Parts: sequence; C-alpha cells; structure tokens
Amino acid sequence: MPVMNIKKFSFTYAGAEIPSLHNISLPIQKNKITALIGPSGCGKSTLLRSMNRIHDLYPGNKYDGKIELLDLETEKFKNILEIKKENEFIELRQKVGMIFQKPTPFPMSIFDNVAYGLKIAGIKNKTELADRVEASLKGSALWKEVHDRLGKSAMGLSGGQQQRLCIARAVAVKPEVLLFDEPTSALDPISTGAIEELIVELKKDVSIAIVTHNMQQASRISDFTAFMYLGDLIEYDKTENIFLNPKEKKTEDYITGRFG
Amino acid sequence: MRLTLNKIFLAFSVISALIGLGFLAWILVTLFIKGFSSLHLSLFLNDLVDGGLRNLIVGQLVLALLAALIGIPLGMVAGIYIREYGRGKYPELIRDLSDIMVSAPSIVIGAFVYSFAVAPFGGANGFAGVIALSIMMIPIIINTTDSMLSLVPKELREAGMALGASKYRVILDVVIKAAKVGIMTGILLAFARIAGETAPLLFTSETSNYFSLDLTDSFPSLTVSIYNLANEPEKSSRDLAWAASFILTVMVLVINLFGRYLTRNKK
Repeated sequence: MPVMNIKKFSFTYAGAEIPSLHNISLPIQKNKITALIGPSGCGKSTLLRSMNRIHDLYPGNKYDGKIELLDLETEKFKNILEIKKENEFIELRQKVGMIFQKPTPFPMSIFDNVAYGLKIAGIKNKTELADRVEASLKGSALWKEVHDRLGKSAMGLSGGQQQRLCIARAVAVKPEVLLFDEPTSALDPISTGAIEELIVELKKDVSIAIVTHNMQQASRISDFTAFMYLGDLIEYDKTENIFLNPKEKKTEDYITGRFG
Repeated sequence: MRLTLNKIFLAFSVISALIGLGFLAWILVTLFIKGFSSLHLSLFLNDLVDGGLRNLIVGQLVLALLAALIGIPLGMVAGIYIREYGRGKYPELIRDLSDIMVSAPSIVIGAFVYSFAVAPFGGANGFAGVIALSIMMIPIIINTTDSMLSLVPKELREAGMALGASKYRVILDVVIKAAKVGIMTGILLAFARIAGETAPLLFTSETSNYFSLDLTDSFPSLTVSIYNLANEPEKSSRDLAWAASFILTVMVLVINLFGRYLTRNKK
C-alpha cells in the first residue's frame, strides 16, 4: 500500500526555463524502503526535496502534477503541492522528516537536539520529553554511547554518531515518511554500515525514501528502486528486478557501470 | 635563483612587519612610561575637578554601554534581515550602505548628530553622544552579523525547517546559536572600537569636569578630556592626559583580548 503517490510530477527551479523533473509518477510504499538512484544531476535529490517541500525555503520554484500523502487518521490522500500556509508546512514536515547528506546537529546539547522537534510540536511535559528522547536515541542505536552525556554538546560526537543523532531527532516526532538524502556519503564504511542497519530497522515504523549514489547500498537495503536519468523516471520496480532483470537498456547500462 | 628570490622576499616581509610592530611597540612603551608614572590610586577616586579621572572613566563607559544598548539590537536585527529575509536588491543596497558607513569619518558623524541633536537644544548633551556612538556601532554590528550568519551552512537551516520549525524559530534557536561566538566577538570588538572614540563626542556630549549621569547636559568623557588636557600648558594636566590615555588603552585592550579569548575557547 502506498503512503505517498507522486503523479505526473514536474519541477522547475526558480529562474530556470527547462524543468528539472518531467512527468514523474511513482509510489512510496508503506513500511518499505524506496531507493532513488541515478547519475549526478538526474534529479533524484530534487524529487526527494519536493516530497517535504523543503524547496520552498527558496522562493520561485514551480511544481506541476501531484504529490499525495496519506493521512493515517482519515486514510485519505492529500496533495501536498497545494499547501500554502505556514502551519500546514509545519504539519507536513512533522509527517515527512528528512536526513541530509552532511550530519546537521544543532549547536546545542544532545538532549536538546532530539527534543527540538518535540518542543516545536508543542510537547512541554518534562517526563514525556525525556521518555521520547530516550526512546528515539535507543531506536537510533545511539543510547548506549550517549546516555551518560546527554547534556553535552552534540558537536563533540563523531560524524557517524552525529548522523544517527539526526535520525533520532527526525524519528522523535514520529513521522510517517523519512527522506534520506545520501545519508552515508560523508561517512566511513563502519558508520555507513551502522546507518544502513538502522534504516532497515526503522522501516517497521516509517516508510522510507532514500537517495543514494551507491548502487550496492540501494541493492542491500531497499525494497523498491527507481532509476532516474536526466529528470526522467526511467524505471521503477522491485529492487531485485531492477538489479537482476532490468527492463530498460539505460537501467542495465547504469547498473552494470557502463555510465554514471 | 629561486632560493635567493625567496630569501629577499622573506627579508622584505620581515622588515615590513618589524616596522609596523616597531611603531606599535613605540606607542605602547611611551604610553606605559609616561602614563604609568602618572598613574595613582587617587585618579580612580577623584573627579576631574579634583585632579582625578573617576567621572571620565564612568562617563565614557556609560556612553559606550548606552550606545551598545541601541546599536547591538538594531545592528543585529538589520544583519539578520539582510542575510535571512531580504530578497531582491535591498539586502545588497543595505550591505553597501553599511560598508560605506563603517568607513565614514567619525568627525562627520559627530557633526551630523550635532546638527539635529545638539544645535536645536542649545547645548551639548549626553544623548547626542550616545546617538553618535550608536551610529558608529550599527554598521559594524550589521557587517559582523551578516558575515557570521553567512558562515552557517544552509543545511542547518534546512534541517531546522525539516523538523517543522518555522523560519523565525530556526533563526533564533539554531542559526544564531551556531553563529553566537562570532557575533559575540564582533560585538565586543565594536564596543572596544566605540569606547575609544573622540571625534563623535567632541561636538555632541563634549565632556564635564564633574561626576554626572544626567544625559541632558554635557557628559564626562575620557577621550574628549584627554584631548582638552593635552592642549593645556601645565605639565600636571598633560601628565593627567597621559595617565588617562594609558587607562583608556588598557580598557580597550582588555575588551579586545576578552573577545579573542571567547573565539579561541569556543571554536
């Protein structure tokens, strides 16, 4: 069952004449991992950044088509491209979280980092905050490493720990969907392994879309894969089909490393 | 050949550096010798009428602090506007204007403030001095805030927004915190800069021989009094000017060093 439905979606950056994404249709399946792969400049990050409308920090971009998000309470789809009001954006981003390429810990304590989204969401009760922070850090496999220094600055953590902290921070607000924008490309192989394990673990609770440059990563962790090229969606299928039995010539060329 | 050129260039660099440092050392040594020998505990206990400097030191700090109270919030909010909110040509315009204001001669600012805050009221007053100093301070704070915010990676803003925070919350909670040390240092350096100014005060608050906290009248100022004392014929006055210069230099130096200490500690 899809949690998000991208329908005939096109995207044009502010000031650009030609759209960066053309006519993309793609579901994000519930409690599955969907990988977006493709060579640099294919638009995979642009697509991902449309899914929580983080593009809107910079004005003037143009959206066409629909991106529908399932409302878990009413079980109805809602087109997020129609959002205009600030409080709707806030609601959207609490439902659709995002992890960036470079770890982005806030310059505050580890606890406050994880609690930030919760406080924004209006949770003031100290015990509830502490419980949610602990649960999120445990869920992100970081609790053992940081439980005795929650009050210390998050800037003192290693890169891999910082990235897991960012995941904990995003998980804390209990999103429906988590978007990962090349979350391991700035990390060493061991930290990468830990993050990959964590992402697979997380799909029990959230639906995941991940942009990755690393095809092995896509094949290791994802259930569905979308291959994009020059702003077009070339092929979308179960990951094993994309990697073992691609239908399109382009996909096969990319998978086998003939270009990229 | 390349080694020789390298040596020549190195020699020139070292000589140039020594000339610059030499003058600085000369100034500091002269100040120390002349100022330190005139320094006396009684200077801090008496006002200028009784041959002391107490009222001047307090007056100078009061003027600078009040100016900072106006200059810091205005400058920071303006800096935040041009870096975080401004669109189109306005931020660039403000940035250019602020650059020009930083290098505007301070005597011009003094004369400008005189025209609307002294002349119409019939005499020097402390408010005019505060206004002049804050006008000097605002562009420095704008520039520091602007450049320190520009060092905060955009991913940090995006990460804040991606958690559902509104723009102003992200700016207040995350962006300013990330730039805090730089902005603090800039504020302290700007404060040190205006604390040692003479020209903006010369026509505005002038100075006073008496202890005063009344901003509607001429207001005691260490720098303006140094200027006056140095022009007097008696040696005692000039000794007092040396002592005052020494104290002023130490004050400014301490603020500066504190600013640097902050940056080093929190990097």
